[in-house]
Amino acid sequence: MTETSTGGKGAPATRRLSAFLYRHDRLRLAGLLTPPILWLVVLYIGSLGVMLVSSLWGVDSFTGSLVKKVSWSNYHTLFTEPVYRTVALRTLGIAISVTLIDLVLALPLAFFISKVVQGRRWRYALLIMVTMPLWASYLVKGYAWRIMFDKGGVIDWMFAPLGLHGPGLGLTATVVALAYLWLPYMVLPIYAGLERLPESLLEASADLGASPLRTLRSVVFPLLVPSVVAGSIFTFSLTLGDYIMVKIVGGTTQMFANIVYDNVGVAGNLPFAAAAAVFPIVVILGYLLAVRRSGALENL
Amino acid sequence: MTFSRRAKALFGLGAGIALAFIYAPLIVVLVNSFNVSKVFSWPPRGFTTVWWHKALVNQGVRTAVLTSVKAGLGATAIALLLGSMFSVAVVRYRWFGREALSLVVILPIALPGIVTGIALNSAFRTVLQPLGISFGLFTVVLGHATFCIVVVFNNVAARLRRTGQSLQEASMDLGATTWQTLRFVTFPAVRSALVAGALLSFALSFDEIVVTSFTAGPGIQTLPQWIFNNLFRPNQAPIVNAVAGALIVLFIIPVYLAQRLSEPAGGRI
Repeated sequence: MTETSTGGKGAPATRRLSAFLYRHDRLRLAGLLTPPILWLVVLYIGSLGVMLVSSLWGVDSFTGSLVKKVSWSNYHTLFTEPVYRTVALRTLGIAISVTLIDLVLALPLAFFISKVVQGRRWRYALLIMVTMPLWASYLVKGYAWRIMFDKGGVIDWMFAPLGLHGPGLGLTATVVALAYLWLPYMVLPIYAGLERLPESLLEASADLGASPLRTLRSVVFPLLVPSVVAGSIFTFSLTLGDYIMVKIVGGTTQMFANIVYDNVGVAGNLPFAAAAAVFPIVVILGYLLAVRRSGALENL
Repeated sequence: MTFSRRAKALFGLGAGIALAFIYAPLIVVLVNSFNVSKVFSWPPRGFTTVWWHKALVNQGVRTAVLTSVKAGLGATAIALLLGSMFSVAVVRYRWFGREALSLVVILPIALPGIVTGIALNSAFRTVLQPLGISFGLFTVVLGHATFCIVVVFNNVAARLRRTGQSLQEASMDLGATTWQTLRFVTFPAVRSALVAGALLSFALSFDEIVVTSFTAGPGIQTLPQWIFNNLFRPNQAPIVNAVAGALIVLFIIPVYLAQRLSEPAGGRI
């Protein structure tokens, strides 16, 4: 705090500008908002718009160049070709399995951290242990599961004494690897939901004669529904958009996002890829709308 | 709630299984990076650090790390600026469309990366390329910044909500200008949230591959892209192992720092 506060030469101008901005609150807001809005709305939403429009275009089959003529043919192909329906259903199946596996793993883990562990320090340490791998490299985690499932890998080695061998790279490996990747996204909202659960409710339930199991079933689980839905938004959306993990651990298995990716890269058919990318958007937006009433969106 | 010993043990067992599931694969990668064998074999045949050394001096790895660092720094810088501006606007002001735009800011991470990637790709092709801006590191930075803004926004907005408006008002009442208030009151209050947001958004950008593969120009290869391109080449396997092992060790540091900086309540992603 130098000359400005003591009233040096530059002070009145700065002060006047400062006071002007203070009185003109809206102007300040406009200054704050314009750059991020330009970025988010023009760059991001604009890009989504360009993508939606380009999904109606086509590609010249001889030259491979873009034909900017509007038609529904890309969507028509997506709906009528049976292979796309198979892949879409498989992808949905994988997303549901991944969500269920994560739920089964996350519930006891979150409950253990929130309600069984005594002491803030321990609880916090466990929470960090759960979240830390979330930030470890995505590819490294995929690679880890490749090592686990690959022929002669860790799972084969574990099963060997029993005279069995693992399922190898394929659909199972894909489901496990994706469940692994998204597990923290399920644990965190459930943990946060449990932390918000007032202790008095649990005590009241016990006072009224309910066993801990009954309390879990009739009090805790119903109140956790929004958290579980919030977690499932992540597990679902992330699974629907994934095409890399299935390449690493899935063998020849294809997921829906592979269709999108292959049409950008190998086939060079950007409009068709854009049309295919609309499928995950529609599913996720539909899911978001369906669960909006459950209060899950506030739990994100 | 009080549980019997058995119930506690049961929950402990479930949690233990989940934690083992979380950490086992990472430990396997780490152990495997010291494996003597040139081809993949489990269990490891012997201990060596030669692959770590080879990875350290590998030109491809070095270039890729440098590219990733540049992209991460660029994206983080943009995200810090835009994310903190937006969080002030959302937390401190009431305006038309506030709710809708706070949803829009989440979209880049709520929608799958491939959607963001393809949208940016087609937009860059239709808008930027005719202007003479071709795909390169710059487009990668643009893409990464788009989803890094959320991370900064979440951290800073949470902090602003907690600190309230009264300190700023007191500062103005005591005669400080807008700039002085910003510099001596608001900034110190959100500083650690900014650092946490920056660390996390750098980590996010450093690890990104989907948006990168749609926005990177020819010749631009980030570290994740290098890993992915070499993942299926058997003769590169030992070096990929070492890079993967190094990434597991390295990632613990910024995440640990960021966790320490943000509030212990945690829970927000």
